Amino acid sequence: MPTIDFQGKQIEVDEDGYLVNLDDWTKELGIQMAKGDGMELTEAHWEVINFLRDYYAKYQIAPMIKILVKEIAKVMGPEKGNTKYLYELFPDGPAKQACRYAGLPKPTGCV
Amino acid sequence: MAKFTAKPVDLLKINFKTPKTDWMDTPVNIREHMYCHPAKAKDLETVGFPNIHEWRPADDNWNLPEDWKEIVINGIKERLQKYRSFHVFMDICVRCGACADKCHFYLGTGDPKNMPVLRAELLRSVYRKYFTAGGKIFGKTAGARELTEDVLKELWYYFYQCTECRRCSVFCPYGIDTAEITMMARELTNLLGLQLGWIGGPVAACYMKGNHLGLEPHTIKSNIEMMLDDIETITGIRINPTFNRKGAEILFVTPSGDLFAMPGIYTCMGYLMLFHELGLDYTWSTYASEGGNFGFFTSNEMAKRLNYKIYAEAKRLGVKWILGGECGHMWRVLHQYMDTWNGPADFLEVPKSPITGTVFDNAKSTKMTHISEFTADLIKHGKLKLDKSRNDHLKVTFHDSCNTSRGMGLLEEPRYIIKNVCNHFYEMPENTIREKTFCCGSGTGLNASENMELRMRGGLPRANAVKYVRDQYGVNMLANICAIDRATLSASMDYWVPGVGVAGVSELVANALVMKGEKERTTDLRGEPLPGKEGAE
Repeated sequence: MPTIDFQGKQIEVDEDGYLVNLDDWTKELGIQMAKGDGMELTEAHWEVINFLRDYYAKYQIAPMIKILVKEIAKVMGPEKGNTKYLYELFPDGPAKQACRYAGLPKPTGCV
Repeated sequence: MAKFTAKPVDLLKINFKTPKTDWMDTPVNIREHMYCHPAKAKDLETVGFPNIHEWRPADDNWNLPEDWKEIVINGIKERLQKYRSFHVFMDICVRCGACADKCHFYLGTGDPKNMPVLRAELLRSVYRKYFTAGGKIFGKTAGARELTEDVLKELWYYFYQCTECRRCSVFCPYGIDTAEITMMARELTNLLGLQLGWIGGPVAACYMKGNHLGLEPHTIKSNIEMMLDDIETITGIRINPTFNRKGAEILFVTPSGDLFAMPGIYTCMGYLMLFHELGLDYTWSTYASEGGNFGFFTSNEMAKRLNYKIYAEAKRLGVKWILGGECGHMWRVLHQYMDTWNGPADFLEVPKSPITGTVFDNAKSTKMTHISEFTADLIKHGKLKLDKSRNDHLKVTFHDSCNTSRGMGLLEEPRYIIKNVCNHFYEMPENTIREKTFCCGSGTGLNASENMELRMRGGLPRANAVKYVRDQYGVNMLANICAIDRATLSASMDYWVPGVGVAGVSELVANALVMKGEKERTTDLRGEPLPGKEGAE
């Protein structure tokens, strides 16, 4: 298994950089992962990441994209409730990139 | 792994020249973007698969168990005894080559080892060496070869470049089912712990939670609630489906992709609206919450274990029969395996439409009917009020799923439905539809993201046919009846034929379905304005 070096510790990740043990996640680790991609996480990013984490705690899976869009519209205003906005925040896709920074696994199956 | 950045124009440079060396002397070159990551150990542990170990396809050393060779040879032996078809298929190919250029992976890669005849030969050569007198004595002259680590790697690489679509079988004068050869080869790799992540993950989730995505009961309910909110916004009608309801007449089972993925959820909204309009006495199940069966891509035994829940749940709830949603490989499993694996379902009745009275005799043994058969029958009997013009913004073509077309002969019903709910329908060229349909390029658990080059290459023949109808007729919607299709064709259309969307047939039905008490609709299920209603919102 590949690892990432974080605060002197080796954190296990899968081939795509997702955490193997979800308990390894901390806010600082999320920031470091984003930095690795040359990204600075703003409040807008955290809005998404925090929602993903809360949702995951309740449902044990990342939300489907429509639920995420609706939530963002509710919190950030209707003009931001669209996938275009989410892709601006996370160019590799909210499902992939934001989940990775949030420490969630990616869903597999017919998706 | 570096990001996949190749452009369509790069992938179109396909070299169909065969190498100078004999195929046996041409070593396998395991290229990134052409294969999937290995499965996670914890997922394989969940279902008790053997020889779980750390390995990486690109490494020289795959950390195989010491007795790996024995495991494979014994595995072949056991399967030759168990499956007569496998034994026959190992022996009877005359290498005529009729299948050679029928494979989407061959057409998209130009790699001769993707010719179905040669892909099968990779395994046949090993079979000959250990199980035929000629092969034992004459070796290479008789087309036999030793099983070495390199040979094993080659088997792994190429049998995970086959989607078991069976297009090649249609053209085989002997009727050799190449998919069954791939299934056997994959079982052998599974014996050595060489499983894929994209297969191992869904299998473990399905085993523990009833569906590939690992959706918990409250997640399923919450996702459907969200769809119901959207349906209410669009139609003004609040739908209240039931879950795990004992005594319902019908159990409805669909792939979990429909409960989660885009654009599958629109198909799911279609089911919900149709059943509501009919007043159908049916229930969802949060246990039998997966119609698909990724176990089918690992081993016969695993597939059988995962499939038990469908009949078990039907029995527990006391339903009369089972209605199944839009899925591809699910229907090959249900149509050709379920009865012998998990049957007889003698506690169920032969499916009978409560609306039209039609008895689906074709499902006499399995007691499970396909949503397209059910819907086509409703339309045929004039039971649905349909406003085709609501789909006038769509120019539709239909992609036959490999498994529903070649695996169960479901060719007319989806077309009949589409023609009744859409005004603009155009067929793709004859050699690319019905029994000769081209695979989406990513079936059998190959719909991961790290193998995107393989997926796009394998998806090229299908996409090329879509491009033809797009350029010819302005087609902008590719209809289908498979959850994997909905996910994978979306990616291959974006790559090869931008501007063409992907939709399940039931979504198109619900767009056209005039529901009792509905408000004037201004958008389709996706929230896009209906034709002539562009300024309505």
